[in-house]
Amino acid sequence: MVVKLKGMEKLKNQTTSNFNINETDIYLRYTGRKKLVLVVLACLIILVAIVAVNAGSMNLNLYQVIQSILGNGSNVSDVVIWRIRLPRILAAIIAGAGLSVAGCVMQNNLRNPLASPSTLGISNAAAFGANLAIIVFGAGSISSTSTDAVTINNPYLVTVSAFICSMIATMVILLLARIRSFSPEAMVLSGVALSSLFSAGTILIQYFAQDFQIAAVVFWTFGDLGRIAWPEVSILTCLIGVAFIYFMSKRWDYNALDSGEETAKSLGVNVERVRQGGMFVSSLIAAVAVSFLGIIGFIGLVGPQIMRRIIGGDHRYLIPASALMGSLLLLISDTMARTMVSPVVLPVGAITSFFGAPLFLYLLVRGYQKK
Amino acid sequence: MILSVNELAFTYPSHSVLQKINFSICKGDFLAVLGVNGAGKSTLLKCINRVLKPCAGAVFIQNDEVGKLSQREIAKRIGYVAQRQESVCMTVYDAVLLGRKPYIQWEASKKDLEITHKALKMLELEEYSLRYLNELSGGEQQKVVIARALAQEPNLLLLDEPTSSLDLKNQLEVVKIIKRVVRNQQIGAVVSMHDLNLAIRFADKFLLLKNGEIFAAGGLEVMTPENIESVYSISVKV
Repeated sequence: MVVKLKGMEKLKNQTTSNFNINETDIYLRYTGRKKLVLVVLACLIILVAIVAVNAGSMNLNLYQVIQSILGNGSNVSDVVIWRIRLPRILAAIIAGAGLSVAGCVMQNNLRNPLASPSTLGISNAAAFGANLAIIVFGAGSISSTSTDAVTINNPYLVTVSAFICSMIATMVILLLARIRSFSPEAMVLSGVALSSLFSAGTILIQYFAQDFQIAAVVFWTFGDLGRIAWPEVSILTCLIGVAFIYFMSKRWDYNALDSGEETAKSLGVNVERVRQGGMFVSSLIAAVAVSFLGIIGFIGLVGPQIMRRIIGGDHRYLIPASALMGSLLLLISDTMARTMVSPVVLPVGAITSFFGAPLFLYLLVRGYQKK
Repeated sequence: MILSVNELAFTYPSHSVLQKINFSICKGDFLAVLGVNGAGKSTLLKCINRVLKPCAGAVFIQNDEVGKLSQREIAKRIGYVAQRQESVCMTVYDAVLLGRKPYIQWEASKKDLEITHKALKMLELEEYSLRYLNELSGGEQQKVVIARALAQEPNLLLLDEPTSSLDLKNQLEVVKIIKRVVRNQQIGAVVSMHDLNLAIRFADKFLLLKNGEIFAAGGLEVMTPENIESVYSISVKV
């Protein structure tokens, strides 16, 4: 299942020939390569972000973009850069990191490589909340703008409703799982059951809805980074930043959990508490991201899986690497969504699923072949 | 005395597994726990390091009651090798370094790396250090988990059937390593085993369990044909 860092065996052969270098030195050089992968990923994100800030339906050259960022741009370019492109790019980087790192922790905590924020029914719960707000509380309406026939006239109501439903799903799963000592099976099965329950609720609400309300709901579920502004970016940054530090503080615990529950306990890990904390924080990230952006699939599943195959399962490096890969994937997807059939902006959720699904199948097939 | 177990009992909701278990071991002792499947060997080991919480009785490690120690403190004193090992996507070095987890605050220190290196060397695993665990044979994997337990710098090793999935050569090698480590490091070891020949050859003390109770305990003198026949319900020749 693992594609080792290229040249790892070579590194060992080269270094063991030098009698002054012991296993610890070799290991430090090996981990140095993992750190290098993180640096390369960070550089790639910066590179793609530069491309993304220049890309769009309005043609701005690099000079105009830089002038705008430095505060010397024209009014038009300032609006495009500061109000449209930069929040969108930052949202892609932060939400991508959040969703991917949430998937990484869920895969560890649930001991299930297919785990992601949608496994626990969080996405379905958020969709139910959005349906409730748009159809029952009237947050969707018909608009006559040229680009969108349907708009959501009260996005905050939709966001809050989606968030509340996501958190209800999370809390119910954690409470049910508590009865079974937070066993991974109990959490996954609770997630499947709740997911089905929220889907059924959504269908029932939609059955009595009007056409434009259903259109508004479908529009919401697409997943779109364009609906985010600076206040939402700030909220996402703070939340995901704190969550990332929390996850990093538990990285040794997650490594121990990978070795089995009994081994983890014997290494001093409070397994139930680590699982409870990990699942709560990762669910919270997913709930906030989905509530602000709509459903963005596959980032939480594919991001950690790609990095696990490149740098292995050591969470000291896997957590930051998953975050960076999630940022990169969502940023590339969003840039493609904005530029593929410009000036039409495609829903980024569709792009991530469209490319994520084949990529995931490829990873699965590759994994099984190696077995 | 390193380990003292007093009146230990463990019960699942449906049935009792361990009752009135009393024994103790000293530095350098290799205690073999013997009995048929379901006799309570694994449960006993898990109750000693609080992987399972006993229903009654107490366990003392170096005169401190294990139930009153934090999980981290228990992990610093007791190294445990589970019966079943998970297939982990982790290098041998990382797996052994994980044994330092009870000591690590944020990042592994130089001392942690040195102790990891020492444990790898002790188990002759240096040449595998950057190989992934799932690329190793059963015997090599078993050595890795023992090295991880040793990296905890424990006073007591608990090993749950460490030779159950190994061929004859590896069984012998693994038990020899355990014996050597126990003697050299002057720590105690409680090892659940099925192979009576290996137990008699390497263990100093024996604990025969039958239906969750101690049937016989002591030195080599308890390994009589009568006791073995009674515990295993088979006829034996010694």
